[in-house]
Amino acid sequence: MSFKVADSLAQAAPAMDGPDDPGRRDFIHIAAAAAAVGGVAMVAWPLIDQLNPAADTLALASLEYDISKIALGQEVTISWRKQPVFIRHRTPAEIARARADDNAPMKDPAPDSARVKPGHEQWLIVLASCTHLGCVPTFGEGDYGGWLCPCHGSQYDTAARIRKGPAPLNLVLPDYTFLSDTKVKIG
Amino acid sequence: MLRKLFAAAQVAGLFGAGLLVTASPALSATTQAPLKEVHWSFEGPFGMYDQEQLQRGYKVYHEVCSSCHSMKMVAFRNLADPGGPFWNPKYPNPNDNPVAKAIAKEAQIADIDPDSGDAIKRPGTTADYLPSPFANDAAARAANGGAVPPDMSLLAAAREGGPQYIYSVVTGDGTPPPPGLALPAGKFYDPWMPGDVSSFYKGDPHKIPTGGVIAMPPPLTDNRVTYDDGVKATTDQEAKDVAAFLQWAADPKMEQRKQTGFAVMIFLVLFSGLLYGSYRQIWRKVAH
Amino acid sequence: MSEHPSTYQPGTAIERWLDARLPIIRFSADLLDYPTPRNLNYWYTFGGILSFCLVVQIVTGIVLAMHYDPSAAGAFVSVQRSIMRDVNYGWLIRGLHANGAAMFFLAVYIHILRGMYYGSYKSPREVLWLLGCVIYVLMMATAFMGYVLPWGQMSFWGAKVITSLFGALPLVGKPLTTLLWGGFSVDDPTLTRFFSLHYLLPFVIAAVVALHIWALHVPGNSNPTGVNVRSASDTVPFHPYYTVKDLFAVSLFMILFALFVFYLPEAMGKVDNQVAADPLKTPAHIVPEWYLLPFYAILRAIPDKLTGVLALGGAILMLFVLPWLDTSKVRSMRYRPTYRMFFFVWIVASLALGWCGSQEPDGVIIPGAGPGPIFLDYGVNTVTWLSRIAALYYFAYFLVITPILGLTETPLPVPDSLYTPVLSHPAGVPAGAAAAPETKG
Repeated sequence: MSFKVADSLAQAAPAMDGPDDPGRRDFIHIAAAAAAVGGVAMVAWPLIDQLNPAADTLALASLEYDISKIALGQEVTISWRKQPVFIRHRTPAEIARARADDNAPMKDPAPDSARVKPGHEQWLIVLASCTHLGCVPTFGEGDYGGWLCPCHGSQYDTAARIRKGPAPLNLVLPDYTFLSDTKVKIG
Repeated sequence: MLRKLFAAAQVAGLFGAGLLVTASPALSATTQAPLKEVHWSFEGPFGMYDQEQLQRGYKVYHEVCSSCHSMKMVAFRNLADPGGPFWNPKYPNPNDNPVAKAIAKEAQIADIDPDSGDAIKRPGTTADYLPSPFANDAAARAANGGAVPPDMSLLAAAREGGPQYIYSVVTGDGTPPPPGLALPAGKFYDPWMPGDVSSFYKGDPHKIPTGGVIAMPPPLTDNRVTYDDGVKATTDQEAKDVAAFLQWAADPKMEQRKQTGFAVMIFLVLFSGLLYGSYRQIWRKVAH
Repeated sequence: MSEHPSTYQPGTAIERWLDARLPIIRFSADLLDYPTPRNLNYWYTFGGILSFCLVVQIVTGIVLAMHYDPSAAGAFVSVQRSIMRDVNYGWLIRGLHANGAAMFFLAVYIHILRGMYYGSYKSPREVLWLLGCVIYVLMMATAFMGYVLPWGQMSFWGAKVITSLFGALPLVGKPLTTLLWGGFSVDDPTLTRFFSLHYLLPFVIAAVVALHIWALHVPGNSNPTGVNVRSASDTVPFHPYYTVKDLFAVSLFMILFALFVFYLPEAMGKVDNQVAADPLKTPAHIVPEWYLLPFYAILRAIPDKLTGVLALGGAILMLFVLPWLDTSKVRSMRYRPTYRMFFFVWIVASLALGWCGSQEPDGVIIPGAGPGPIFLDYGVNTVTWLSRIAALYYFAYFLVITPILGLTETPLPVPDSLYTPVLSHPAGVPAGAAAAPETKG
C-alpha cells in the first residue's frame, strides 16, 4: 500500500526522480510488507498453538484398566481423556446376535470381528459418544439389543454399530491393547 | 541477580544496563560470602544444558535431596522433555520414553482406589509429578526441626545467583565454625548462606563471620552416589551436577527459548533493515 | 488543522452505499491522511510504540487468562507449572506479557519526557496531556494488579503494602482497606477481584487512548520547534510518512524487547516472586518494580505515614497540573536553555529517587564514608537524605522553578515557522521540491 503512495508522489514531482529505478524502489516496500506479513504469521502460530492440549493434558492420554471386576453382561463407563468409554462384558447371546447381523444392511457396515480384538471377543470397548452429536447412549433400549441415544433416538446393536436413527457412524473404537486377560490399556 | 545484571550488560549493552541498574535489589544487614565462581554449559546466549550432567544431577537429587526436598512442579514426563536429562529424539512423546517410564514406575504415588475409595500407593506413570517426601508442610516442619525444606522445582530461580548459589551453599554447608561461634545442636555454619550469626558469636564484635546458619546437615560427601557414566563422584562434582539439574528444573524451556530467540533476532534485524530502506525511500523528497 | 477536509472518494457502488450509512472507510482514510508536521523526530515515534505495547499486552493477556487460575491455591501453580511448562508456547506468551509491562513503562516514560521537553502539554493541548496522565495512572493500577496475579511472595507482599497505603487516610482508611481486600488481609477475594480488574482496565486504557488520539487530532500534533503549523506545506500525510517511520521505530523497539524476552526473561523480576506466597513470612526486601521506584522513594522519604502517602499522590498530581504551572510563552525547550538545564537536573533527580527506592533507607551513598552525622533520624550520607533532597527538587521543579522561570528567563529567538529550521537542515532540499507531499491524493 505504501509503495502506491510513493508512486503517486514520484509522479507529482518528476523533476526530483533522477536516476532512480521505480522497480527497485517498489521492491523495498514489497519486501518490507512481505516481511511484516511473515512476521505476523510467525507470531500468530504460538497464539493459536496455545489453544491445543497442553503437555499435562496429553500425558493423561493412556489409561490402564483392570477388567476382571466387570461381571458377564455388565458394563462400566470410565473416563479416558475426559471422554466416557464403555467397556462391555458381552454375553454369548449378545455376541451371537451381533455376528448374525454381520450381513444385515447397515449405514456403516463392519463385521463383529472388526469391532473387538481376537481372543477377547467378549470385551467391547467403544467411545460412549453418539456419533450424531455426542450424547451418551443408554444400554438395553431400542430394537437391536444394544444402545439407544436419548437425545435423537439413534440405535446401536450389540457390536455398537449404528442401525437406526440420525447418527452416521458406528460408535468409535479407541486405540487399546490387552496387556493381559484382565488388564486393558486404552490409548 | 548480580550475574544476571552482568549478563544484561553484556547482551543488552547500554540500554539494558541503564534500565537494570535501578532494578538491582537492596543490600541488607545480612552477610554472605561472595559466591564461588563456576562455569556452566548453559551460560551465554547460545549455552545449552549438558545432558549427561543433568542425568548425574538427577541421580544426586533422587538419591540424596529427595528424601527431604519436594519437586512439585516437575513430572516424570518432564525428565524426557526436549532439553531434559533423559530426552531421546527417538521418543518425541516424552510419555513413551522408556527411561522416564522406568523411573516413574519405581516411585510410589499416593492415590485413591477407584473401587474402595481407600488411600493407596500405586506405581507412578509418566503423568505423575515427583512424589513429595512429606505429606504436608506441617509434617515437613515437624520432621526437620521446625524448618521446612524448600521445594526444589524453582529453587535455582528463587535465589540470587541461581545454580552458583546452590553450589556454594551446598559445598559450604558444614564449614567448621570460626572460634567464638557456638551454634545450637542441629544447626550448621555456612559462609555462603545469607544470614546473620551475630547472636551466636562471642568473639570480636567487629569481626562477625560472614554467612548464616543452615538447618540442613552437609548433604554431599565423596562417593555419596555412584555415577553411571564413570565420572568421579567427588563432593564438588555432585554439587555442580545437582545445581545444574536444579537450574534445568527451574528453567526447562531455556533451550527452546534461546533457539527461538536467535531466529527472532535475525528476523527483527533484517526486518528493521527493510523498514529503514522503505523509510528512506518514502522520505527521500521531503526535507525534515 | 482541525478542519482537515476529507479526500476520500468512494470508488465503487458498495463503498458509496456504505459511506452514506456508516462512513467507516472515510473515517479510517481521514486518519491515515491526517496532516502531520514534517519535522517530527524519533522521540515522536513513542506514541506508535505505545500503541504496539498496548496491543501486545491485551493479546498476550487474553491468552494467559485462558490458562490462569485466579485462586490463592491455584494461581502460583497455574502460572509456574501450567503456563511456564505445559501450555504450548506458554513460556513465550508469559515472557512477552511480563517483560512487555516493563517495556510499556519504558516507552511511556520516554513519551512523557518528550512531551515535557517540547512543551506538548501547553495550550491548546491541555486536555490531550490530561488524558495522557489518566492513561499513565490507569497503567500503574493495571501493572500493580497484574503483578499480584502470579501469587509469589513479592506479589502478595507488594499487594499488602500498597493496599495498606490507603489505611493512612483519616476516618475512611481502615474500612477502605478492608473493602479493597474483601477480608482481614490480602487473600482469595483480593486476588480474584484484582484479576477481574486487571482484565478490565486495559480496555478502559484503550478507550482513553482513543480519546487521547481524538484530542490530538483537534489541535494537531505539536512538533520539536513548538511553532504552530501555518500552512499545508508544513505537513505531510500521516500515511505513508509516519506509518513507515513509526513501524521502523517499533521494529527497533522489538529488538530490545526480544532481548529481554528470550535472553533475560527474569532480569526485571525478583527472585522472591519464584516462591509461592506465604502470608506468614515477609521477604527480606520488599521493592516494587523499577517503574514505580521513584514514587516509592518519595513515600519512604517522609517519616509520617499520611504525609508520605499524600506526597506520593502529589508527585503524580504534579504531572496533571503542569500545563497551568508553566507560565512561559515558548513551547519547546529548544529555545529555553535555562529551563532545559533545570529539566535535565529533574530527570537526574527522578533517576536518583528510583535508585533510592531500590536501596535500604539507611544505605550509605558515598561508600566507605559511613552514614555521616545524624540529622533528625538518619545520617546525612544515607539513602533517606538523598531521597529527601531529590524529592524536594522534584516538587520544587514543578511548583517553583517552572512558574517563575517562565516569567523571568530570556528564551532564544523562536523561528517564524517550523519550516525555517527545516530549510537550514543540512540535508534540506530546494523549496520547490519539498512542496510535493501535499499534492498527494
